[in-house]
Amino acid sequence: MDKSLSKEPMLEMFIFENLQLLEQLEQTILAHEKERCLENAVINEIFRIMHTIKGSAAMMMYDSISSLAHAIEDLFFYIREFHPDEMDYSKICDIVLDGIDFIKNEIGKLEEDQEADGDSSPFVENIEQYLLLIKEASANSNLINEAAARPAGLQKKFYISTSKSPPTENIKRYHALIYFTPGCEMENIRAFNLVHKLKDQADQIDYLPADIIENNDSVEFIRENGFAVIFTTHLQQEAINELFMKEAFIDSLDLRVMEDEEWEIEQLRARNQIILEEEPSVSNNEVREIGANLHSGSTRQSLISVNVDKLDRLMDMVGELVISETMVAFNPDLMTATKLENFHKATRQHRKIINEMQDLVMSIRMVPLSMTFRKMNRVVRDMSKKLKKNVEMVIIGEETEVDKNIIEHLSDPIMHLIRNAIDHGIESPEKRASLGKSPAARVYLEAKNEGGDVYIIIRDDGAGLNKDKILERARARGLMQKPDSNLSDGEIYSTILLPGFSTCEEISEFSGRGVGMDVVHKNIEEVGGAVLVDSTPGQGTTITMKIPLTLAIINGMRVKVGNSIYILPITSIKESFKAKPDNIIVDPDGNEMLMVRGECYPVLRLHQKFRIESALKEIAEGIIVIVQNDSGSICLLVDALLGEQQVVVKALPKFIGKIAGISACTLLADGRACLIIDVANLIILAKVK
Amino acid sequence: MSEILDEAVLQEEDTQKGKFLTFLVGKEEYGIEIKYVTEIIGGIQAITEIPDVPEYVKGIINLRGKIIPVMDVNLRFNKEARDYNDRTCIIVIDIDELSVGLIVDNVAEVISIADADIVPPPDVRSGFHNRYIKGIGKIGSEVKLILDCQRLLSTEELENLDYIN
Repeated sequence: MDKSLSKEPMLEMFIFENLQLLEQLEQTILAHEKERCLENAVINEIFRIMHTIKGSAAMMMYDSISSLAHAIEDLFFYIREFHPDEMDYSKICDIVLDGIDFIKNEIGKLEEDQEADGDSSPFVENIEQYLLLIKEASANSNLINEAAARPAGLQKKFYISTSKSPPTENIKRYHALIYFTPGCEMENIRAFNLVHKLKDQADQIDYLPADIIENNDSVEFIRENGFAVIFTTHLQQEAINELFMKEAFIDSLDLRVMEDEEWEIEQLRARNQIILEEEPSVSNNEVREIGANLHSGSTRQSLISVNVDKLDRLMDMVGELVISETMVAFNPDLMTATKLENFHKATRQHRKIINEMQDLVMSIRMVPLSMTFRKMNRVVRDMSKKLKKNVEMVIIGEETEVDKNIIEHLSDPIMHLIRNAIDHGIESPEKRASLGKSPAARVYLEAKNEGGDVYIIIRDDGAGLNKDKILERARARGLMQKPDSNLSDGEIYSTILLPGFSTCEEISEFSGRGVGMDVVHKNIEEVGGAVLVDSTPGQGTTITMKIPLTLAIINGMRVKVGNSIYILPITSIKESFKAKPDNIIVDPDGNEMLMVRGECYPVLRLHQKFRIESALKEIAEGIIVIVQNDSGSICLLVDALLGEQQVVVKALPKFIGKIAGISACTLLADGRACLIIDVANLIILAKVK
Repeated sequence: MSEILDEAVLQEEDTQKGKFLTFLVGKEEYGIEIKYVTEIIGGIQAITEIPDVPEYVKGIINLRGKIIPVMDVNLRFNKEARDYNDRTCIIVIDIDELSVGLIVDNVAEVISIADADIVPPPDVRSGFHNRYIKGIGKIGSEVKLILDCQRLLSTEELENLDYIN
């Protein structure tokens, strides 16, 4: 974060904007590759994005990026203008995706403060060659079928969507219906003239009939129905009126401002009509598609990007507000007052608003998983293409929200798991056919909310895990100590999460080095989650990652040790009770243990660990809290339990550094700072001792 | 744009240049450059103790939602601990984005000392706290010891001790 802040604001903006554009572009390409056709809107979008990238890269003097973007732009300019029939869509997608990868890579270098020194000329050459190829191909087909080229020419006359910027406050859409003076002749030329004049003052001009110059029938149409123009401009209504009325032979003018939806409908209708005139058979379909596109454009949410640091600061401030509210509401000076009815009413209202505000701030930090999930489309596409497997990814529950800090830790694990599923799990199409499975394999990527946790489930319908092979490999690598008979299926499957484990014989480009699952396990543990593996031979593997909703707030138990207060995370507390003196066992080394229902737990006195003089020294006087995690359970001796509280987790100041047994700190309701106990660390310390 | 900013920064630095906040630790009067000081907290608030840290790190406090460590300058200079009273203050200094509170016995005033009046500390390693002194400022007949904040916060004092021995 610090590094990016010190960067030139221009460069930072460049990186941020272009990465977003590339992400958007990649999604668009992937979504349309399957349909094997590129609609006008998509072509326009690609063209526009490449144009923007070219412009900004040229401005920042990144020539390799801008020349590549320029080449792609050229290619799509040709496709947009001439609609060549002979196009290999998958080849085009490959070209664009390669280009995206190159630019992303270069931008990655810039982010790391390196020079963007990549050479894009092979890509550019490749694209130019391909462009030549399709030019030749379409030139041939044009000769054979000249008539087919005409609709393409007509389409050119649409002045839509090259700049589909949403209207801002001053810019309004207008609808003008113009009737020319009867008998003035050449209505179509006059109309064209009008449009031409308008172009200087307005954009997104659309008009009906659209083919005014080419089609002589349009004269008739204009005479009967008038000439309709829709456009957006910043000019006032009077100014436009004046502009139109300056033209000769205009009989009447009906000018009005249009609402957004109305504009879309109108545009749709306009297109519909034209297409109907040309080729009635395809119109319905196409119109629906156009309608869908227009719709998606208008419902796009308006977003702004905010620095996470600012959000953190906002959350701190709200936390402070909560504390100061408590200080006001329970001020000791109020004790002497007698009549406080109105005061209490006001503070209740006050508290309610603050609570809502706190929830809102928390929700701002929550980000849907959809971006992370959709990135996986690319992984699946590339891998299935390379490995010649037919894999389809099904995404469920992508709208599930997770804290921003956690999402950063999720991308890598999900990618590893999906790679593993496709590389190891899913069989080749031939094998699937012989097993009677559908040739198209499926990988499910699912997210759901359950209680305070989010579950991310990656499921494939491949071969499943081979229990014997895993066991064999685990023993060979010395990862498994227990005898076979004592192992549950879950335990066996979980060994694939250990470092240095891979059953794949060969190391492929995608997986097999035995680091993947280890990374998954480590990343998920870092955010306080867990990984569960389940598998049915022949039917597939399910890997479930359980992660907390947020790291920023935990449920904690306040415990008192001497004069100090500590927070124990509720999730790690198993039980608490007062110990009977006869259940305490002391071994010859002086280590204390406690028998609870036939099981023996080591006792860790918190006051000893944290060197607190003022605490209770007798185990029987204090409270025993049994805490547990994956690696075991221990008893903690504390003076008293003070109650449960949600606390905002804050990192310890850098100056203090890492302290054994303490994970972070927080603020109590009275404004005091307070330490959060690192249970996992204490358990390890107790075991070592 | 950036030039104007630079100028503003320069100007700000100019107004702060040569100004020192002076305070008492024991009998000596110390000064620190005003540009490091972000605020002064009068009186001692509740300090949360932290285990396994050097004795001079008294713990952490809550400064309007920000948690900052505080150190006792008396203990930092290996002097005897003094009881805190209502004259005790916490000076919050900010160095390289690291905020630390310094517990001092008494905050005196802000004074200007010209560069010419600051002399380097004598090159004898007799006094143990010489390590933390950047210079000695003279104001009339009085002498203020100017603290080197960077060294005050460095955790390398052990190495320094080795060097001295």
